[in-house]
Formats: sequence, structure tokens, C-alpha cells
Amino acid sequence: MAKKTALIQGNEACAHAAIYAGCTFFAGYPITPSSEIAEVLSKELPKIGGKFIQMEDEIAAMAAIIGASLCGHKVMDASSGPGMSLKQELIGYACIAEIPCVIVNVMRGGPSTGMPTGPSQSDVMQARWGTHGDHATIAVAPASCQEIFSETVRAFNLAETYRMPVQILMDEIVAHMREKIVFPEPGELEILNRQLPAVSPADYKPFDTSFGDVPPLAAMGSNYRYHVTGLNKAPDGFPTTTAELVDAEERRQLRKVEANASAIEKNEEYLVDDAEIIILAFGITSRSARFAVDNLRKEGVRAGLFRPITLWPFPEKRVAGLAGQVKAIIVPEMNLGQLIHEVERVVKGSCKLAGLGRVDGEPITPYQIIDKVKEVL
Amino acid sequence: MAFDYEKYIRPGKLPHIWCPGCGHGIVMKGLIRAIDKCGLSKNRTAIISGIGCASRLPGYVDFNTVHTAHGRAAAFATGMKMADPGLTVLCVGGDGDGVAIGGNHFIHACRRNIDITYIIMNNHIYGMTGGQFSPCTPTDGFASTTPYGNPDPVFDIAKLAIGAGATFVARTTAYHANQIDKMIVEGIQHKGFSVIEILDCCPTSYGRRNKFRSVVEMMKQHKELAVPVTAAAKMTPEDLQGKIITGILHQEEKPEYCEQYARLIDKVQAQTAGKG
Ligand SMILES: Cc1ncc(C[n+]2csc(CCOP(=O)(O)OP(=O)(O)O)c2C)c(N)n1
Ligand code: SF4
Ligand SMILES: [Mg+2]
Repeated sequence: MAKKTALIQGNEACAHAAIYAGCTFFAGYPITPSSEIAEVLSKELPKIGGKFIQMEDEIAAMAAIIGASLCGHKVMDASSGPGMSLKQELIGYACIAEIPCVIVNVMRGGPSTGMPTGPSQSDVMQARWGTHGDHATIAVAPASCQEIFSETVRAFNLAETYRMPVQILMDEIVAHMREKIVFPEPGELEILNRQLPAVSPADYKPFDTSFGDVPPLAAMGSNYRYHVTGLNKAPDGFPTTTAELVDAEERRQLRKVEANASAIEKNEEYLVDDAEIIILAFGITSRSARFAVDNLRKEGVRAGLFRPITLWPFPEKRVAGLAGQVKAIIVPEMNLGQLIHEVERVVKGSCKLAGLGRVDGEPITPYQIIDKVKEVL
Repeated sequence: MAFDYEKYIRPGKLPHIWCPGCGHGIVMKGLIRAIDKCGLSKNRTAIISGIGCASRLPGYVDFNTVHTAHGRAAAFATGMKMADPGLTVLCVGGDGDGVAIGGNHFIHACRRNIDITYIIMNNHIYGMTGGQFSPCTPTDGFASTTPYGNPDPVFDIAKLAIGAGATFVARTTAYHANQIDKMIVEGIQHKGFSVIEILDCCPTSYGRRNKFRSVVEMMKQHKELAVPVTAAAKMTPEDLQGKIITGILHQEEKPEYCEQYARLIDKVQAQTAGKG
């Protein structure tokens, strides 16, 4: 039988992928350019017995998904700019209480109301550091409708595997463009679920690390009774200020991601093996960069593309390796220089580095990138 | 036989953090008696709070408990109740938590009439942070941030809840300890969003600044000002000036949110099945 295909929008692909991944609960608050995700899920979730709720604001939407996740659901929320700013405190709650959830950020320019309908990639650093305090971050940044589907499924898998919030960063162009996608068959993409406790309710501790750095999570309301708090907590879930316990828990939460970085990271490399210059770009900008690489190659410039699909954790080993073999790395991004700081930290001066920022609500064109490459070489 | 509270207290979690004389402990005992009277299962009951002295209550009691972020209890609880409508969901918290920072979530939970019982411990102050004024601090009252007396008008939590659509609203005080469990039982048994406001006392951050020489004086004031709702019905507005009307102030039947959503799912699934 032929596979099901459709010409759909990025946001729609994201919503359908959520259901494929097993999402049964969505809470949100409308905001351009993310609203189609909520609209599709308000229609699709009841069909499978799932729940959709439009909350009174973005903080409430975050709270509701955390609550539903605690009760055993796979959950998602989608927002943009001002809404993402409002969510930050509770993203931190999901980090410290280790509650799986997926948050889609269809980025728009800012600060504040910014450009509601213009594309942007200016929340790279917010995704990493938006909530206060030390915490690990996983964020993925798809660049096509097909990839939005597969990365949304992967985002759920990562959230469930590492018991933490995972963000999907999209720009308005990938979110709103329409492309043909091939729907994966059921079972074709891997679906992962959170680890449930193997011990008896009497022995259960919600942050028990004897099973590794990611403790099993029981659904509230099942036979496992426990306490959750946003305070620093001991393995039994109750607040603690004991120095060694706080330190151990904080470090474990970073280690969940750091020690598994190679399993979480995902990149695309295009013509990098013999490259003298690499364009490092993500999201819609990577598609301009690929076009630029092809054109530069025709002119005899040995250009290549490195596209991080996982933005956080940043693929530092691979980028450091590439920096050692090329003359220069160019980082075009629809902001005034965010990801480039991370590249700079990793490259440590081992090759030339140049940024190319654009914040006028227009995408970065291949010709801007080509000009930049010629200027740098 | 004396009531056995131990059965519901988490082993090793006492002593609590509350000051001597704090009213929150009286409310906790009332809540435990109410849960016992309702015969709720520990595993199928969740107690959600925000942040504040009052919001520390869930840590002490042996149920599914979530100590969330300041003001967000109703929103977390809404997600949990929607996710598992068979779970008995209770919220507890302070006046600041519930109707200042959490006011938006509070009124929308009332509006949805979702089957949650919200117990709000109104001590007229931000106790935990050292006594700054809350939306429930009396006008002209003293707090650490109203050194010249409070210029703000006061929220009437019960009126707010009724106006926003809550279908069960009751009020009592920490002095009327026996009424606390009665009101909570009624609230739990009511299908829909129930609000139980309990006026209690914070001797440390409120009493001290407002010329109460002891917590006994604070409680006596509650005793003297309280007027049962039946008696209040026979009194003039002038007579009721400054009084605290206690009892069930409002109760009505309206569709409950999770049941409404279940009907929506049934309708959608019937339509989709029809399309084959
Ligand atoms: C977002 C946020 N803002 C401020 C605080 C600080 N804070 C903690 S408790 C509290 C007030 C609590 O007052 P109330 O809810 O009335 O409870 P009480 O302590 O009086 O029982 C405040 C302002 C916080 N924890 N989080
Ligand atoms: S500060 Fe006030 S509210 Fe907090 S525990 Fe002490 S008496 Fe109770
Ligand atoms: Mg208070």
C-alpha cells in the first residue's frame, strides 16, 4: 500500500507528529505564529480520547501540561515570543521536578511584542538560559516539514527518556510553509516512553538514582504516592537544604544531558569533508546556506554546510573538530549574534569566524551568504 | 475516642515550619478530618499548593502532593484533574498565592467549574516573605510595605469566586475549627469548583504589626465578628458592616468541566465513527 502523503504546513506537521508520538494532552494560549498547532490538536485530540485545553495564559498552559504529565500523559504546549517569556519560571519547575514535556517555540522577533508575523531565530539563548538557575537544556530545530514531523517525535522521546522539558525551536517560515510530507507508518519511527518504577510503592522514591541518572517516574494517582516540589529536593522528593544532597542533585540533572550528549545530538553535514569554509546554520537559514554551498562549489570555492538539528546540547566536539580542518566558519542566523557565541566558545580561535545577522523580518538569502563567504576568504 | 491524625501525617515530616499560634495548622487538622469523613483514598487524592507558609501544608500529609510555584496551584490542578478526572483534587494555599499572583488562574478555575476543592487560608498578609501587604490586608492596616497604613481596598474572596462562577463558596474562620471540616466535606462532595475561604491568623507577620497582643486576641476577633449566614439574612447591611459572614454562602448546580469535555469526546468520536 502506498504511504499516506500530504501537502501540509510545518505547524500542522508538528501537531500530527505529536499524536503519532503518543501525545494525549495539550494546553496552550493562542499566539501567532504558533496557533495552528493548537487548532489542529483541538480537533484531533478528542478523536483519540485525548484532551485539549485552552488556558487563561501561557503560565497556566505550562502548569497544566506539567500537571497532566505527572498524571502519566505525554504532553505538549506551543507558543512564541512573549508567551515563551511568560513560561520560563515553570520551564524551570519542569527541570527541577524532572517532568517530561514538549514545548514548541515558533520564534518571532523581539523583545516584547516584536514582529508577530515575521520570521526570527532570536530565542537560541532563551531556550538555553531562559529560566533562572543552572539547568540542562534539550532543544531541537527542524528545517523542513518532514523533519518537523520526525523531530517532534524525537522531542517526545527525549523528554520521556531524560525526564525533562524539551523545546522545539522553529522559525515562522518552517512553521508556515507547506511541503509534501510522507506520514510514517505506525511503528516506523521509534516511540519511547518514560521509565516506570519497578519497585513496590513502599520502596518508591521519585528521584531514586539507584537506576541511573534518570529516575523512574510513577503516575500520580496510581498506587505510588509521592511529593513533588520546586524546592531543591532529596531523592525522596522532599525539600532539603543539606549541602551534599543539593549539590549531588544539581550535578545529576546536568549530567543527564552532558553524559548522553552524543545520543541526543543530531547534525546534518553537507560537503564538509574537503571543505575550506563551513557555513554553520539551522532552521530555514540552513536551506539558504545549502543553496549558497552549491553555488560556491560551482565557482570552485570548497564550501560545506554544517547544520545542527539539536541546538542544545550544542555539538561541541564535532564543531571543534571541523574548526581544526577549515579556514573559516560562517554563522548566518536570524538574530544579531547568538549561536555564534557558542561556536566561538568551542572553536577557541582555531579558525576564522564570522557572523551574519538579520533581524528585519526577512530571511537570510543565499546571496548574502555567498557575499559573506567571499569577504571572509 | 480521639481522632487519629497520625494516620494521615507523613512519618518523619513533622515538626512543621509554622510559627506557634499560626492558624494554618488548625486548617490542616480540619482538612484531615474532612478527608477522613469523606473516606477518600490516599492514592486517589491529590493536594496541590502554590508557595507560601500555607502552601507548605501538602508536604506534611500522606497523599499525592504537589508544591508548585507561587500562584499556580489552580492551573497545575486543572491539568491534573483533566488528565485524570477520577482523581479527587484539592488545592490549598494562602491569600497572596490564591488571589494576588494566582488571581487569574483562580477566577478561570471558578469559571470552568472544574471539580476541584480550593481551600484558601486568608491570613491577610504575605506571611512567608515577612509580612508585606496582600490584596486581603485591611485598608489602613499595617504591613512591612504599608508603613503608613494600607491605601489599597480589599478583595472579598467569596464574592470574587461567586462572580467568577464557582458553584460552591463557603467561609469560616480558624476559631470555628469544627466548621472547617464540615465546610470542606461539603466542598469535596459538591460536584464543581468549590471555594472554602478560611480566615486564619498570622501572629508573626500580621498580628504583631496590627496591635494584637496575642494570637488569642486575633482569634477572639474572628469569633466576635463572625455571623452565620442564616443570622445574616435577617440583618441590615448597616448591621453587617465589618462582620464576617460564615457558612455556605453560595451553592448551585452547573455542568462540571471534565464531564463537559467527556461529552465532547463522545460526540466527536461518534461523528468520526459515523464517517467510517
Ligand atoms: C514568582 C514569585 N514571586 C514571589 C515569591 C515570593 N513569595 C513567596 S511566598 C509569598 C507570599 C505568600 O503569601 P500567602 O500566599 O498569603 O501565604 P502565607 O505565607 O501568608 O501563608 C511570596 C510573595 C515567589 N516565591 N515567587
Ligand atoms: S509567618 Fe505567619 S503565616 Fe507564616 S508560619 Fe508564621 S504565623 Fe504562620
Ligand atoms: Mg497569607
